Amino acid sequence: MNAIIVSALLGVIMMFASWVFKGEKIQKNIALIGLIILLLANVSQLNGWYVLELDTKGMLAFSRYGIYANTILFALTFLYVWVNGDEISKIGNHAADFYALFFFILCGASVLTSFDNLLMLFIGIEMLSIPLYILTSSDKSSLISNEAGLKYFLMGAFSTGILLLGITFIYGATGSFHLTVPETGFKYEMLMRSGGLILIFVAMNFKVSAAPFHFWTPDVYDGAPTVFTSFMATIAKAAGFFAFMSVFQIQYQALGYSWTLLLSFVIICTLLIGNVTAVFQRSVKRMLAYSSIAQAGFMLFALYKPSTFANEGILLYAFVYSVASIGMFAVLIKMKDNSIEGFNGLAKTNPLLAFVTSIFLFSLAGIPLTGGFFAKYYMINAILVAGAGLWLVIVALVFAAISVYYYFKIIQAMYFLSGDPALGEVKNTYQYKLLFLAILLLILGVFPNLLLNYLYF
Amino acid sequence: MLLSIILIPFITALILLFIKDAKKANTIALVTNAATLAVSIWIAMKGASDFNQAWIPALNSRFLLHADGLAKILVLLTAISFPVILMSSASNQIAQKNKFISLLLFTQAGLLGVFLAGDALLFYFFWELALIPVYFLCSIWGGERRIAVTFKFFIYTFLGSLMMLAGIIFLYTHSAEPNFLIQNFAHATLTSAQQMTAFVLFLIAFAIKMPIFPLHTWQPDAYEQSPTPVTMVMSAVMVKMGLYGVIRWLLPLFPVAAKSAAVVVVDLSVIGVLYASFIAIKQDDIKRFIAYSSIAHIGLMNAALFAHQAIGVQGVLIQLFSHGVNVLGLWIVADIIEQQTGTRSMLAMGGLAKKQPTLAILLVVFAFANIALPLTNAFVGEFLIFNGLFQFNPWVAAFAGVSVILSAIYTLNMVQKVAYGEVSEATQKMNQVNKPAQLVLIILVIIVFVNGVYPQPLFDITADTLQQMFVK
Repeated sequence: MNAIIVSALLGVIMMFASWVFKGEKIQKNIALIGLIILLLANVSQLNGWYVLELDTKGMLAFSRYGIYANTILFALTFLYVWVNGDEISKIGNHAADFYALFFFILCGASVLTSFDNLLMLFIGIEMLSIPLYILTSSDKSSLISNEAGLKYFLMGAFSTGILLLGITFIYGATGSFHLTVPETGFKYEMLMRSGGLILIFVAMNFKVSAAPFHFWTPDVYDGAPTVFTSFMATIAKAAGFFAFMSVFQIQYQALGYSWTLLLSFVIICTLLIGNVTAVFQRSVKRMLAYSSIAQAGFMLFALYKPSTFANEGILLYAFVYSVASIGMFAVLIKMKDNSIEGFNGLAKTNPLLAFVTSIFLFSLAGIPLTGGFFAKYYMINAILVAGAGLWLVIVALVFAAISVYYYFKIIQAMYFLSGDPALGEVKNTYQYKLLFLAILLLILGVFPNLLLNYLYF
Repeated sequence: MLLSIILIPFITALILLFIKDAKKANTIALVTNAATLAVSIWIAMKGASDFNQAWIPALNSRFLLHADGLAKILVLLTAISFPVILMSSASNQIAQKNKFISLLLFTQAGLLGVFLAGDALLFYFFWELALIPVYFLCSIWGGERRIAVTFKFFIYTFLGSLMMLAGIIFLYTHSAEPNFLIQNFAHATLTSAQQMTAFVLFLIAFAIKMPIFPLHTWQPDAYEQSPTPVTMVMSAVMVKMGLYGVIRWLLPLFPVAAKSAAVVVVDLSVIGVLYASFIAIKQDDIKRFIAYSSIAHIGLMNAALFAHQAIGVQGVLIQLFSHGVNVLGLWIVADIIEQQTGTRSMLAMGGLAKKQPTLAILLVVFAFANIALPLTNAFVGEFLIFNGLFQFNPWVAAFAGVSVILSAIYTLNMVQKVAYGEVSEATQKMNQVNKPAQLVLIILVIIVFVNGVYPQPLFDITADTLQQMFVK
């Protein structure tokens, strides 16, 4: 509750802050302070402290898990703004507007981690998506950015339509919007409910860019300004996954055996399309877009069947993947040439930057000693515990090996090839911020518990 | 005790990253390696108590290090190999040598961890820690085709280790208690089909590492293109990871599957042995020659393991050590020749015996050890291996026995081309071998003969492993 109210308020404050505080630096600092307030407000709910006590009539339900998911999203946003603040100011004329949009997105995300009613799911998704459309097309002078925004908007609106249709079906079958409903028992209604669930499944797959509903992703990620791609591919996506989880962790039984079939199909499609297409990309930004599709395939494992591994795993995965991606995109922003050749010889001219990039890539590839390994580990364990076949694990791991191929191409370019990479201005503080992210990944690679313990204590 | 042996190289590696001076870096590495060697000899002689700490409580994974006979002999081999490699390459010109040595020592830490780990997840961690530095070593300092070749090697082995990871998690979800300890895995109740699945997953990882025919294609290229010190690490110690995995994990955890797959695996190994031997005869590049000869020897050891006769396994346990020593000797001689003449083609060599008689004699000794002539260390191991294979199936032993003849052909062929004949243009360039390399070669020769005549210490060290495997 606190998170929803405070983030909405902060969004409004941020909008008006640009009247009072003109400096870009100050706006960034206000956003950072706002995020800290948001974090504190969110955590204090655990101690029974409420900004405003409301009876939501069962529309929202606040669990420890949901609040911790919020904490992770807010912390990620904090890291994101902390690293990318200066780059955000470079786009458009009003940086404060973007920060306001971030807060509105976080408000939507907090709804998505705590809804108990399909209508709230719809509202949350909309609150999350609409600011994203704006962010995508925020570079007004660039045609590509505008095109990406329009594309995203049209496709997004279409998928929201499907989501609504699905919700309507479920309401028709059960007479309720609630997530937990008694079984109806009538064959006809069961069918309608399953139909509705499948429609919601499709719409959610679209939102988290899982194949075969991923077609918007590469264009939108490529077209949007890189800073915002970074936000979309990490925090917004993680929030989408949390919502996806909460719907299907409760409802998956309604689909029976076809659930495993459906999900396995989507997972394999996603892994196949994401990984195989990423291999052939010349542009690193586009490659990261496809890799984000591939990573979504791994995250989908958490949906298979509820278990501790799935619940903990998705949090760990979301965090680790987001930190690595935020770092990777932050490096990419500084590269003048976005192709893989642009990285040639980076290790010689800028060893620290090359080192942190390698750690980010290691983590994305799931190499042990980085957080990415445990993220993948938890996911694999989750499906094995859920009783899925070993074959699915093997397929996933084969694709993980393929992913090493394209991630390591960048490492090869940096360390083993010679060249003169064109870099924008890279301040030392910027590098140290990235180093901090890299160290975070290394620490989580040895002690993943540091993140997960807070779920219980 | 056991923790320190991993920490010494690991910390040294970290320190070396900041020491730019090549000579100083080499000295520091040698000194700390001497410490590692001393500790490992102590462990091999006296044994050491387990190191056991909680590591990842959520998964019940423990940081458990345990030294039994198998671990001891491989730790000893690792601890001997690295100072030998460092000394023999002390005078080699290598750009950014401190980083080179640092990465080598990271590999050493990983290898020691692999051999000592008693927890599957920890084992997997060290397995990767040993692999990744090698990827950088070969890709940065290797030959012309290094990037493509190393990438092939890396993807191959990484795919293998991912399969092993799937196997580990599979066992974890099927074992009685949720932890990764090897004893716990051994008590997992699996149907024979499940056992077979997990067996195959582990086998892929180990077979790629050794490598077993038909998964060997990465090896000759990787050996040829890597800088020779790294090749030495790979062929003397890293391939042992695969054999170690078979003895430690595969055979005890999946006895039923191992037995039913034995015929297939043994046959594949023997085919690989013969195949590699035939190719070795035709090789002209001396590094590729040693690579193929190494594939043959490792294949033989693997066949003996799956034949699962006490005497054959005893032979393998000895041969793990002996093969490492012999192949190190061959590589060092090859490296000296390559460094001084600038060529790896055996056709261009010749007349070494006239120009550098001492070096030629040393080469001949290692060549004899490679053929496993009596009095050399390899004879003891291979004799027992063939004994084991014969008990398993005389036909298999007969086919594998052909490899001895082939090994004599290709090895003597090599000696003839390199050491005898007229002094060639390339050999003319040879001059005195530097002192450290000489010293190292002499030490290795002593080990060859001492173990050949008096192998009892090696039997003593490995006795408990053998007992565990065969006396129930």
